[in-house]
Amino acid sequence: MKLVVVSAGLSVPSSTRLLADRLAAAVDRHTPVDIQVVELRDLAVEIAHHFTNGFPGRALAAALDAVTEADGLIVVTPVFTASYSGLFKSFFDVLDKDALAGKPVLIAATGGTARHSLVLEHALRPLFAYLRAVVVPTAVYAASEDWGAEGLPERTEKAAQELAALMQGLSAARPAEDDSAVVPFAEQLARLGA
Amino acid sequence: MQFGIFTVGDVTPDPTTGRTPTERERIKAMVAIALKAEEVGLDVFATGEHHNPPFVPSSPTTMLGYIAAKTEKLILSTSTTLITTNDPVKIAEDFAMLQHLADGRTDLMMGRGNTGPVYPWFGQDIRQGINLAIENYALLHRLWREDVVDWKGKFRSALQGFTSTPRPLDGVPPFVWHGSIRSPEIAEQAAYYGDGFFHNNIFWPADHTKQMVELYRTRYAHYGHGTPEQAIVGLGGQVFMRRNSQDAVREFRPYFDNAPVYGHGPSLEDFTEQTPLTVGSPQQVIEKTLSFREYAGDYQRQLFLMDHAGLPLKTVLEQLDMLGEEVVPVLRKEFANGRPANVPEAPTHASLLAKNEVTTV
Repeated sequence: MKLVVVSAGLSVPSSTRLLADRLAAAVDRHTPVDIQVVELRDLAVEIAHHFTNGFPGRALAAALDAVTEADGLIVVTPVFTASYSGLFKSFFDVLDKDALAGKPVLIAATGGTARHSLVLEHALRPLFAYLRAVVVPTAVYAASEDWGAEGLPERTEKAAQELAALMQGLSAARPAEDDSAVVPFAEQLARLGA
Repeated sequence: MQFGIFTVGDVTPDPTTGRTPTERERIKAMVAIALKAEEVGLDVFATGEHHNPPFVPSSPTTMLGYIAAKTEKLILSTSTTLITTNDPVKIAEDFAMLQHLADGRTDLMMGRGNTGPVYPWFGQDIRQGINLAIENYALLHRLWREDVVDWKGKFRSALQGFTSTPRPLDGVPPFVWHGSIRSPEIAEQAAYYGDGFFHNNIFWPADHTKQMVELYRTRYAHYGHGTPEQAIVGLGGQVFMRRNSQDAVREFRPYFDNAPVYGHGPSLEDFTEQTPLTVGSPQQVIEKTLSFREYAGDYQRQLFLMDHAGLPLKTVLEQLDMLGEEVVPVLRKEFANGRPANVPEAPTHASLLAKNEVTTV
């Protein structure tokens, strides 16, 4: 199964990426997955150009395809100005609106203080609900202080377990898609009663 | 193979002088450009249709009728005619009238239009775009082929005993192209009717164009109009030329950087690499245009965008001289090279009339 990790951290090294990697490793312990990481920092310019050009550059197109074809996603953003980062939102703005339908997604965020943790419930969860993803019940927030405290490994473990279970269940249930399908013209006409 | 130009009809300030042409100047410039196209031996002039500033061509058949009177060979077309927000009855009448005035030198390209507010301004709903294109064209198709039409649909009032006048010239409806950039439904529609499919690829990478054209070709064969290779395909292109390619880049860059649609976005270099835009020598334009065949197959119509982004008329006319004298003659020869004998030319009034006579005899 393919697990794609979307990380919107900006610094190198990044605590957002660190959290993303720990979540991915935890999922892999529950069910073996091929992990591919999409670093949005590397795609920032192509994402901006997608808005002005109307089509994605090569690296962005590959990332969008990887996300679309994944059996499960881990998405991690730093908290900026009371929400997900603009770069994180922009990536999902250029993704096809049906790409995440029915897809298991684990949402996670990092921030300087635990006071922002409900960003996961008030910003990320509605975003992915809108995209009709299946978001796991446990969302993982890591404030700076969490990296030196207890609790984060347990939440990581719980969320990873939920994602692994969903991926196993849903990937078996998902029907094979036929990309070449077109609606025959007679059917289109008939729908209009013409 | 047909070569020509298509214009958006934008009124854009020249970024190098800051001067904006008046609407009258722009309209007259479009006419001058069309006349130049005939003079330098191009086959087609197509105008866009827009209903909002900064565009002037809201009334394509008025302009094309005027150009028809001043030309002898040029085919007059559109890029595109809005099949969603125009009344299909009026399209049937306007283009049949144009056909008579132009002695058959007319065809048209259907498009949906992507300016959201135009739909409500004309009493329509953009969410019904595809359905409008399907239903309106189904009616238009009948109006040109049946003398008396009884009709009922979802989007316009019903017709009882309606005859669209004038009837098409010689009983041959104008040839129709369907333009679409990313809607498989429109490729399917073009294939169903055996009409042409125009992919305006100027802002798109090659692999996307390839997918859409392949879909149209496959479905054209599915509906029994011929082999996939015989389907009628048109493509866009966009060029700026100077003898020396560095001069072309230097002169065009301010226009590119400030152009509507892609200005203030990608770099000229990225855009020329990823889309059909060519800024360079006539030889570079020839090479790039010939490469379209590699992913679209042998095709029938190539239209170039030459006159947007505030380029002065004088420059555009110079560009057309180069296009007609140095580029298109080579393209005609090279595209004919290796083109299978069973790949048809783009239908014209004369070819459709001849076909009609064969089938009715």
